[in-house]
Amino acid sequence: MALLTRTAGALHRRPRLRLSLLLAAPLLWLAVLYLGSLTVLFVSAFWTTNSFTSEVVKVWSTDNFRELFTTPVFRQVILRSVGVALAVTVLCAVIAFPVAFYTARVARPRWRPLLVVAILTPLWASYLVKVYAWRLILSEGGLADWMLKPFGLSGPGFGLTAAVLTLTYLWLPYMILPIHAALEQLPANLLDASADLGARAVRTFRSVVLPMVLPSVAAGSIFTFSLSLGDYITVQIVGGKTQLIGNLVYSNIELNLPMAAALGTVPVVVIVLYLLAMRRTGALSSL
Amino acid sequence: MQLSRSARIALRVAAGFGFAVIYVPLVLVLVNSLNPDRSASWPPPGLTLHWWSVAWENSGARAALWVSVKAGLGATAIALVLGTLIAFAVARYPFFGRDALSFVVVLPIALPGIVTGIALNSAFGTVLEPLGVGLGLFTVVVGHATFCIVVVFNNVVARLRRTSGSYEEAAMDLGANTFRAFADVTFPLVRSALLAGGLLAFALSFDEIVVTTFTAGPGIETLPIWIFNNMTRPQQAPVVNVVAAVLVLLSVFPIYVAQRLSADTATGSRV
Repeated sequence: MALLTRTAGALHRRPRLRLSLLLAAPLLWLAVLYLGSLTVLFVSAFWTTNSFTSEVVKVWSTDNFRELFTTPVFRQVILRSVGVALAVTVLCAVIAFPVAFYTARVARPRWRPLLVVAILTPLWASYLVKVYAWRLILSEGGLADWMLKPFGLSGPGFGLTAAVLTLTYLWLPYMILPIHAALEQLPANLLDASADLGARAVRTFRSVVLPMVLPSVAAGSIFTFSLSLGDYITVQIVGGKTQLIGNLVYSNIELNLPMAAALGTVPVVVIVLYLLAMRRTGALSSL
Repeated sequence: MQLSRSARIALRVAAGFGFAVIYVPLVLVLVNSLNPDRSASWPPPGLTLHWWSVAWENSGARAALWVSVKAGLGATAIALVLGTLIAFAVARYPFFGRDALSFVVVLPIALPGIVTGIALNSAFGTVLEPLGVGLGLFTVVVGHATFCIVVVFNNVVARLRRTSGSYEEAAMDLGANTFRAFADVTFPLVRSALLAGGLLAFALSFDEIVVTTFTAGPGIETLPIWIFNNMTRPQQAPVVNVVAAVLVLLSVFPIYVAQRLSADTATGSRV
């Protein structure tokens, strides 16, 4: 007991000691284990592989990156991946906006909390189950085919379109939530002032609502964009033969780890560039 | 904003479409688990509970569920300790590199899972294998804990920012020492945030597949890995349907509880 009291006193007098005791274990885990492994991975992107033995040769070279930018297949896949990520982001924004607007502004106030829960719940439903659901929908004779049959059409089947649709579904709640938060906080008197000054709904929307909600759209787009860019499981399940960056990384791990590491830096660099671009819209502070 | 009648109707229709997009796939998974047929063609020829009892007997799915629970509990325990420690340091002390630390905490979930996965995989290969420790459940727990820290951290730090340090100071003025003040004042204040963070960490771990792929040794199969491996086998389709339906039903529960516990904190977002 006396020892405990003495320790407590000693700790109380030394805030620096308290702080280092708090931080020792987490720093060991995150800085040494996690950042350490990441650093080794990115360094290994500059190593090469012996093509006969598949063993990693630890000699500094930029061959992997040269290959990355000169091989047409790699360039194609990188462009396709960025395109998919952008398409998913746009689709998410288009679907999310009316849902968020309805929930935050149009629905009866009594219903609003319930609708928010209705948006949040599927956010945490299992990732794999959601992809599986779309596998069911898009499979031959599945729900998509059944719904389009009366129009003489059939579903898109497994392929690039299926991948875009599934990714949109997966990340949709990440876009709805920030837009909903922004619309909810929009002061009603701004809208009244706009109406008093003679603006109709469309004008108010364009000149008042949109500029105030845009940073939140940008914030949501950070999730939809970066999560789509790094994904490879969805594409494996519903993408048919489609390949995105993640699939290239995956297929290189066994035989050519340095190449996989070099490919892995691509989404990281693109995401960092995207973050920097989004910072100018004020998106980062509304995350 | 004064919306015209037609604008309100258009919005209602668009929002209805949005909610349909969100819920139709999940309902489809539930209905499909009752599908007597092995194919996923719509509409199902009938409804049966037969596959639910078959799935209950499936040893592979059961073993995978058990591995997932163990991995989730281990990762949650580690994430609770580390996330809380960081939250206290960040919320209560000014120090050099505080912003950088908050950034590093988010990194494991912000970077693509495959990057984190292969980084950990090669690190385990070079560091642990010479020590005679191969990939297994232990490495899965380490991998999961790394990206679960952030949800505990977010919940606890949000709570600490809302409760000022003056309660602890008051306790100490009244004669409580550091430990006593923590046990009687600070801990009760953050308890529900810890519970919410722990639930979300468990849910995150339970659902993870990419990092798991790279950190699990041979023979270690979590539930998502089991689903992934069996998804394309027509023979297993009915059992996969049932497992997927169970996961949809189960995922609703912890989220509901976590939201109840911490209406104030950022449970809505995974980051």
